[in-house]
Amino acid sequence: MRYIEEFRDSSQVRRILDAIEALGFTEDVNLMEICGTHTHSISKYGIRGVMPSGVRLLSGPGCPVCVTTEEEIDAIVKFARENRDVVIATFGDMIKVPGSVGSLEGVRAEGADVRVVYSPLDALKIAMKEREKEVVFCAVGFETTAPAVGATVLKAIELGVDNFSILSLHRLTPPAMRALMESSDVRIDGFICPGHVTTITGSVAYRFLAEQYRTPCVVAGFEPLDALLGIYMLLKQIKEGRADIEVEYSRVVTADGNPKAKRILERLFKVVDAGWRGFGLVPMSGLKLKEEFYLYDAEKRFYIRRVEPEDGSPECRCGDVLRGLITPEECTLFNTICTPESPRGPCMVSTEGTCAAYYRYERR
Amino acid sequence: MSQRIVLAHGAGGAKTEELIKEVFLEAFGNPILEELSDQATVELEKKRVSVTTDSYVVSPLFFPGGDIGKLAVYGTVNDLSVGGATPLYMSASFIIEEGTEVSLLKRIAESMKDALTECDTTIVTADTKVVEKGKADTLFINTTGVGVVDDHIELSATNIEEGDVVILSGTIAEHGAVILARRADIDVSFGSDCAPLCGLTSAMLTAGGVKLMRDVTRGGLATILNEFADASGKGIVIEEARIPIKEEVKGVCEILGVDPLYLACEGKLVAIVSPKAADRVLASMKAHPLGREATVVGTVTESRRGVVLRTTIGVERMVGKLSGENLPRIC
Repeated sequence: MRYIEEFRDSSQVRRILDAIEALGFTEDVNLMEICGTHTHSISKYGIRGVMPSGVRLLSGPGCPVCVTTEEEIDAIVKFARENRDVVIATFGDMIKVPGSVGSLEGVRAEGADVRVVYSPLDALKIAMKEREKEVVFCAVGFETTAPAVGATVLKAIELGVDNFSILSLHRLTPPAMRALMESSDVRIDGFICPGHVTTITGSVAYRFLAEQYRTPCVVAGFEPLDALLGIYMLLKQIKEGRADIEVEYSRVVTADGNPKAKRILERLFKVVDAGWRGFGLVPMSGLKLKEEFYLYDAEKRFYIRRVEPEDGSPECRCGDVLRGLITPEECTLFNTICTPESPRGPCMVSTEGTCAAYYRYERR
Repeated sequence: MSQRIVLAHGAGGAKTEELIKEVFLEAFGNPILEELSDQATVELEKKRVSVTTDSYVVSPLFFPGGDIGKLAVYGTVNDLSVGGATPLYMSASFIIEEGTEVSLLKRIAESMKDALTECDTTIVTADTKVVEKGKADTLFINTTGVGVVDDHIELSATNIEEGDVVILSGTIAEHGAVILARRADIDVSFGSDCAPLCGLTSAMLTAGGVKLMRDVTRGGLATILNEFADASGKGIVIEEARIPIKEEVKGVCEILGVDPLYLACEGKLVAIVSPKAADRVLASMKAHPLGREATVVGTVTESRRGVVLRTTIGVERMVGKLSGENLPRIC
């Protein structure tokens, strides 16, 4: 199997588009994707442009850096600024996100020791190499990233590395989907569920959406054919009046997910209420290290405290973008004063952010 | 000579002389350089002179398909070549970190020597500096190139017109992809495409009808085409399916989440050519080893602005300049 070209085949694309057309949609339908990689695929391959007129593709809270709150960004920036002897290891997307008191990139230029890593294990390697320094890894990510971070903490314990800790800002996807259904902001007729997250959680994680909210869900992959087929499957369910959990991305997604990854999550993390940018507090949607791992919990190790944000960028509407309330183009800052070079909010910074996708691929 | 560079190698005394003689003169020696004066005096046969300078800070220093020394020669030669110049002379300046192994410098100097021979160019003046450990990452190189341009050559964005075609000399993104793959510990079977373009550009200019050329380096094809569009005030429409990219390069890009349209090449060029001359220019490129896979990837239009990509699924989208990405030290 060729894993790229087969899923970008233009004759297959035509067939699916014809099948979507044949469903004869005339009514307005809102489909939401909950993964930043879907957002980018849809923008990059121009999928919005080939949808029937009533079908709107909305982007949800699918970018982990974007849903991190301003308070959390401020706390990290402040901590980095005041603790220059501590190495702050982070994924590249985080460093440009502006808080109300600056960004990690800004404090790095002032002399803070902020380093970009590609995996939590790289952060652990820094700790092992520079034993005289404390290394704090900013653990941002959904169900996909959290098991790797958990495994890294277990590795640190196994190797006796005592100068490594994590700041767990992990979040869980299904509770945010529930919050979207509970709010009356936007009508969502179907979810394009995140492919990678679901490889961990299994498609059972969305059962409540079908059962309690009668909302169809399709777990889709990220190639253009995957996304289109997923959209077709959702529209077909809607047309037939069904609300099922279906899997398009069956080459990797199962009903029960990845048991090993789930065991790591259970072993290390407790589920807590967490704030999401644009949402406020979402019950049982965050992961923090369990008490017994307090030595590896940067919040406890360094007493990192949330700070009330100063006047940041009040006009920034990332929160509304994350709830699917507006498209980036409806924000007055978009492509005027907010650009990837000078971002006002996280959705323009992250490679998974909705504003970044619109800026890069759908700017008119 | 000692095995490692010490600060005294940069002090200007006997040790500096030893370094220059045993490493650099050994590799680059020629009558002008061997005078070891503070400047090189050369004679040029033509009046139009082209000058370019570039610094090389690539990490890692050695990568599949090349090294910092080759890049430092090819990069400067290519900048001259795509401007229509014939490269003649170069300067080279080496900033070396204390503790660097002399054998490593010799390997790089040898590699540069081969590259210079390939491009029929000589280093006529050079400089070395040594900085304390930790103040530079092993080695940085700056090269300046001087070339001459024939009177009839006129390459400018102002000549670009509706209907002109965009020709790419071959597959893109290999250099950027191999550097990123090395940093991410991903084994790949392809190498950097780094190569001197002087022969290819000379063949294209002889064919005639070339309006503008650029080597596709930092920022990748997308960024260079945007610069063409900006400078000419016209739109460029390219076809995704026509842009040649090696299957394995696509795979690396998918794994690392980068777009090959924005990844650097070090031995590819893109040219704007008048439609009447397109077949002739393409034939001249295909006859050259570095242009065998040359192909038309798009056209210039008055009805659009910026760069528009027609995707494989048949829709159009804008392709912006490289923005918000973080790929330091690829060249």
